[in-house]
Amino acid sequence: MAGAKSGSGNDLTTGQRVAIGAGAAAAVAGAALLFTRKSGGPSDDKRISDAPSWTLRDTPTGDKGALIGRSVTINLPRREVYDRWRDFTRFPDFMDNVRSVEKLGDRRSRWTIEAPAGKTVELVTEIIHDVPGERIAWKSVEGSEIITAGQAMFSDAPPGRGTVVQLVMTYAPPAGAIGKLVAKLFQREPAIQARRDLRRFKQLLETGEVTVNASPSARKSESPTEARI
Amino acid sequence: MRAVTWHGRHDVRVDSVPDPEIVNPRDCIIKITSTAICGSDLHLYDGYIPGMRAGDILGHENMGEVVEVGAKSTLKKGQRVVIPFTISCGSCFFCSKQQFSACDNSNPAETADPSEIAYGHSMGGAFGYAHLTGGYAGGQAEYLRVPYSDVGPIVIPDGLEDDKVLFLSDILPTGWQAAVNCDIEPGDTVAVWGCGPVGLFAIQSAFVLGAHRVIAIDHFPRRLQLAKSMGAEILNYEEVDVRDALNEMTGGIGPDACIDAVGMESHGMSVDNIADTIKAHTYLGTDRPHALRQVILACRKGGRVSIPGVYGGMADKFPIGALMEKGLTVKSGQTHVQKFGRKLLEMIGEGKLDTTFLISHRSSLEDAPDMYRHWHDEQNDYTKIVLKPDMAKGDIKTTKELADVDA
Ligand SMILES: [Zn+2]
Ligand SMILES: [Zn+2]
Repeated sequence: MAGAKSGSGNDLTTGQRVAIGAGAAAAVAGAALLFTRKSGGPSDDKRISDAPSWTLRDTPTGDKGALIGRSVTINLPRREVYDRWRDFTRFPDFMDNVRSVEKLGDRRSRWTIEAPAGKTVELVTEIIHDVPGERIAWKSVEGSEIITAGQAMFSDAPPGRGTVVQLVMTYAPPAGAIGKLVAKLFQREPAIQARRDLRRFKQLLETGEVTVNASPSARKSESPTEARI
Repeated sequence: MRAVTWHGRHDVRVDSVPDPEIVNPRDCIIKITSTAICGSDLHLYDGYIPGMRAGDILGHENMGEVVEVGAKSTLKKGQRVVIPFTISCGSCFFCSKQQFSACDNSNPAETADPSEIAYGHSMGGAFGYAHLTGGYAGGQAEYLRVPYSDVGPIVIPDGLEDDKVLFLSDILPTGWQAAVNCDIEPGDTVAVWGCGPVGLFAIQSAFVLGAHRVIAIDHFPRRLQLAKSMGAEILNYEEVDVRDALNEMTGGIGPDACIDAVGMESHGMSVDNIADTIKAHTYLGTDRPHALRQVILACRKGGRVSIPGVYGGMADKFPIGALMEKGLTVKSGQTHVQKFGRKLLEMIGEGKLDTTFLISHRSSLEDAPDMYRHWHDEQNDYTKIVLKPDMAKGDIKTTKELADVDA
């Protein structure tokens, strides 16, 4: 991984190596690899594709973590998109399982996440890298019930097309009974969860609302004001 | 409210369901005054479209009166509006390129995955057309919630009655786009497979756009007569070998542009079609592209193929060799309704387009199950059905009866 020059999140890698304990080691090692793979510098890696590392066929995932990457184009200027993402407290507007995000100072936030069976899980994250208009990287602090690290990168789309957002995340669920529930929640389809969250983020920014199909049907189980899935 | 609901293959009912409500700031609610049954509703009726759920409200050709508006709607209560069947946000990359039916935001996050997996990218939203296109309720009902009501609805001036403008919701712009996609040049002969509503509007549009000749292909005499009344020459494929006839009628060259206004449920008793039918009914294949095969084989070298007909899945024995070796250009897609609506409304107002000639029946919502059955079984006589919620049950008006009243 030597030679990484720019825009690929080495700080996150270092941060993770220092901060996260044995439970998520495999997942985080995978994440480290992914964040640095597309480096542009000299490398002993034989792969020649220019695509982001998370599209590699042999994406490494530890058995205790899941790693996902997803890109979306948003028809707004880069700085505006970055600013909306930087305000973590608004995440519940478009993230399905996130009940609330509370600010604990400028860099730390406390997340309350809905888990199955009416339970909630708490998580404190810390911003470990923040380049306004370009990227934000975060990781969970020690003692959190979920071990996670992620990075959102913002770059200009081709002229006239707005901003490309790339989101890369890794999760490792906690141990114990609640851990099993959370694992179920996040590892069932974390990639699907991420693409739905990003889709809603795009809808909110481009249209001013989160698109919802809420409408009547002859199914008694549904209400005309709630999303039909 | 009362609404026409889908419960399974050949099972359409009228149910009492909750009224729709404003959910998002850009929404409006309309009271439906007219709503049509579409040819593509037959694909739902026959169970060919995946993602329908028992209890879904049908109907994507809708118009009515605005009765409620969200904080960010630009409409006013009391306005008469036609609602494009495609739901479009107006601000994404696709909408800004006027590719409205490809809108990236109108299919909710919860329903966007299946089409992303099946087609590579998620489809835009549409009313009353299965969960692949967003799972929105349709307008064959008393009321309809319209998302992004500041972008889609076309406000109708007083004096233009419903029947004249209702088809701005789908089949008129769909026929128009089918002809636009033919890139018609002076001297061109355009061949149109299928004389259903979309085919008939494609014929009319092709002439307006400068086609020298239009040749229409079907096997229902009544529909062929309507095509002839629009100025087309007609071919009944039960009488003639269509490819042979088209070559002989065009001096051996073949039609310059060909429109497949049939789609996935081709009729016809050719060997390939029978094989496709068996496959479709046993889930080995999903589409019966007999008309499309013929379109590609009949089209002249270097010609244009336009596909407004609906396909949903995979096709077997697709003549890729003929397509490539003859150098055909193919254009297709769901209609970018919002791109054409206002221009077509003007043309209707100026009398340049006749939009009512194909309506054969008008009925109440309560008669919808019967109407679906007729639409399915008697395509010769039932050329277009319009449902009007304020008509009384059983009070079915045929165009002939209306003509008698007028006379
Ligand atoms: Zn239609
Ligand atoms: Zn859009």
